[in-house]
Amino acid sequence: MRALLVGECRAGRLAEEISELSGFAVALGAEASMLLVGSLDDLPAFEGRLYFADSREYGEYNPEAHKRLVMEAVGRERPDAVVFLHSSYGWDLAPRVAAAMKAAQVSGVTGIDGGGYTVDSCNGKMKRTVSPLTPNVVLTLQSGAFSSPKLSGVPEVVRIDADPGSKVEFLGCTQPEEVVDLSRARVIVSAGRGVGKQEHVDLVRELAAAFGGEVGASRPVVDAGWLERSRQIGITGQSVAPELYVACGISGAIQHVAGMKGSGFILAVNTDQDAPIAEAADVFVVADLVQFLPALTARLKARHGGSF
Amino acid sequence: MNILVCIKQVPDMGGRFAPNTFGTWFDDAGLVFRMNDCDEYAVEEAVRLKEQLGGTPEVTVLSIGPARVVETIRKALAMGCDRGVHVDDPSASERDPWQISSMIAGHAMSRQYDLIFTGMQSEDRGSAQVGVLVAERLGISCVTGTIGFGWRDGIVTAERELEGGLRGMMRLAAPALLTCQQGLNTPRYPTLPNIMKSKKKEVAVLRPEEVGLDGSLSSVAGFRTHEHKAAGLVLKGDSGDIADQVVALLDSKTTVLRRGGVR
Ligand SMILES: Cc1cc2nc3c(=O)[nH]c(=O)nc-3n(C[C@H](O)[C@H](O)[C@H](O)COP(=O)(O)OP(=O)(O)OC[C@H]3O[C@@H](n4cnc5c(N)ncnc54)[C@H](O)[C@@H]3O)c2cc1C
Ligand SMILES: Nc1ncnc2c1ncn2[C@@H]1O[C@H](COP(=O)(O)O)[C@@H](O)[C@H]1O
Repeated sequence: MRALLVGECRAGRLAEEISELSGFAVALGAEASMLLVGSLDDLPAFEGRLYFADSREYGEYNPEAHKRLVMEAVGRERPDAVVFLHSSYGWDLAPRVAAAMKAAQVSGVTGIDGGGYTVDSCNGKMKRTVSPLTPNVVLTLQSGAFSSPKLSGVPEVVRIDADPGSKVEFLGCTQPEEVVDLSRARVIVSAGRGVGKQEHVDLVRELAAAFGGEVGASRPVVDAGWLERSRQIGITGQSVAPELYVACGISGAIQHVAGMKGSGFILAVNTDQDAPIAEAADVFVVADLVQFLPALTARLKARHGGSF
Repeated sequence: MNILVCIKQVPDMGGRFAPNTFGTWFDDAGLVFRMNDCDEYAVEEAVRLKEQLGGTPEVTVLSIGPARVVETIRKALAMGCDRGVHVDDPSASERDPWQISSMIAGHAMSRQYDLIFTGMQSEDRGSAQVGVLVAERLGISCVTGTIGFGWRDGIVTAERELEGGLRGMMRLAAPALLTCQQGLNTPRYPTLPNIMKSKKKEVAVLRPEEVGLDGSLSSVAGFRTHEHKAAGLVLKGDSGDIADQVVALLDSKTTVLRRGGVR
């Protein structure tokens, strides 16, 4: 098995998670090469052939040109598998490469299962094994699913070129506006869509206050405008690791869990016992948060004579 | 101007899932079906653009699936789409993204859509492939994970969601396909008069072979429950009793209830 691993840069820096690509290649027992559109000053410590193109020339986000570069490397390397991270770069580029190769694509791979790959289904409640029927396969890896060995090698850099043109013009990036830094909070109590309505966010606020902690949120709560965007936790928000994380009405989608699974102790409150958050939780309370949160808040307040 | 929106009907994720006889997908029994989350943003954005342009664009909504998906097409019509296309495919859940994209592209090929909106990914399959594959088949530009959209004289400006709260800004000319992500807009609830009106809107029914069904590139097996790691303790019953147990657990397993520990 030969695998071409596609690395990536974000905002001018090599994405750390690309070591997971190597972890996957090891798990697969594959002979790996890598492709990177990036900078010669910031190369991965990858032991092997590194097909390289400069991002000053090809842009960081230019899927049309990057597709041509990947196809150039595919032509030289003839890999059985082309492997991306399931990131905003990977899920965008992978199907373009799969279409060009007429190869099966398996998205969000979490495991290897015989000749197939395990992926989540139904927002993480179920899973299934997808097997390619084509000689080659394109894969995107779910973040955190494979080990990330520390890379310590010297790449053999092979420069490649392709037409850099694109019909899509990249105008640049914007940073999130306000920043609430949740990384120092010892306790975070997060509201999910299960809070049901804006008024119930107060139940989450009150519990957070009783702990002397911060309020976090899942994405739908932020999208609904119930809490500030900067409180979003997950792959497109902040990554946090407080001593205690309380997930209230949060189903546990992998994109959310990726941002809080490093927490010391996880308490989940959910009416659905099958919700995937159960996998991350140390304690899973099967209850309606409208009843349970005030009950817990009252006990904390009683202990501390009102507040901390 | 012509706009296409692709929507998928998916089960409500709160339901209990059980594998079908072949273990290739879930059994429909007992599940409640609705529009895929991201696809609501796609419908809303198309309808907003129609309104912005004084109602001139014609918005077609397409869904591939068994007879029940017509209910979801009706919802999109009630939200403001003009006409529906139902590709009646009882085996849709057995198709891979390559096949689904072959049918959508087959339909779109001769119709000169200026814009196509899809969801970024479906909640049940979660492949995030169909939209991009359709664009590749049609040879049109594509932006994925769209969370901001603007349109002026045939030029699209799109904001794309990146990691850690970063947003990328893009400019591109129609024809283009955008895969829509949560946060793009707030989808409307259909009003009663619009629900009544939608009942009169046309829904064309097509067979998969008519739109062009390709062979599959992958197969699925072992559709199964995601076993949750057993480490966690599950507490059920009276909220007050559970709260007492939780306080005791936090006392023994964490330091968060100790005074003066707050940073
Ligand atoms: C590319 C991409 C990036 C993403 N990035 C992020 C991210 O950074 N952060 C993020 O959070 N999400 C992110 N998401 C979205 C993610 O996939 C989920 O859609 C989202 O996390 C779901 O939020 P939720 O758990 O609050 O809502 P839901 O999934 O709707 O879950 C609500 C839960 O509440 C429970 N519930 C309902 N009523 C009650 C009640 N009365 N009491 C107790 N429980 C109740 C339900 O059983 C359910 O489990 C991203 C998605 C994509 C595709
Ligand atoms: N059966 C279908 N009918 C119509 N559109 C679909 C169908 N399946 C997927 N799509 C579209 O493709 C998007 C991505 O789906 P997926 O690749 O399955 O994650 C969805 O959000 C829909 O917009």
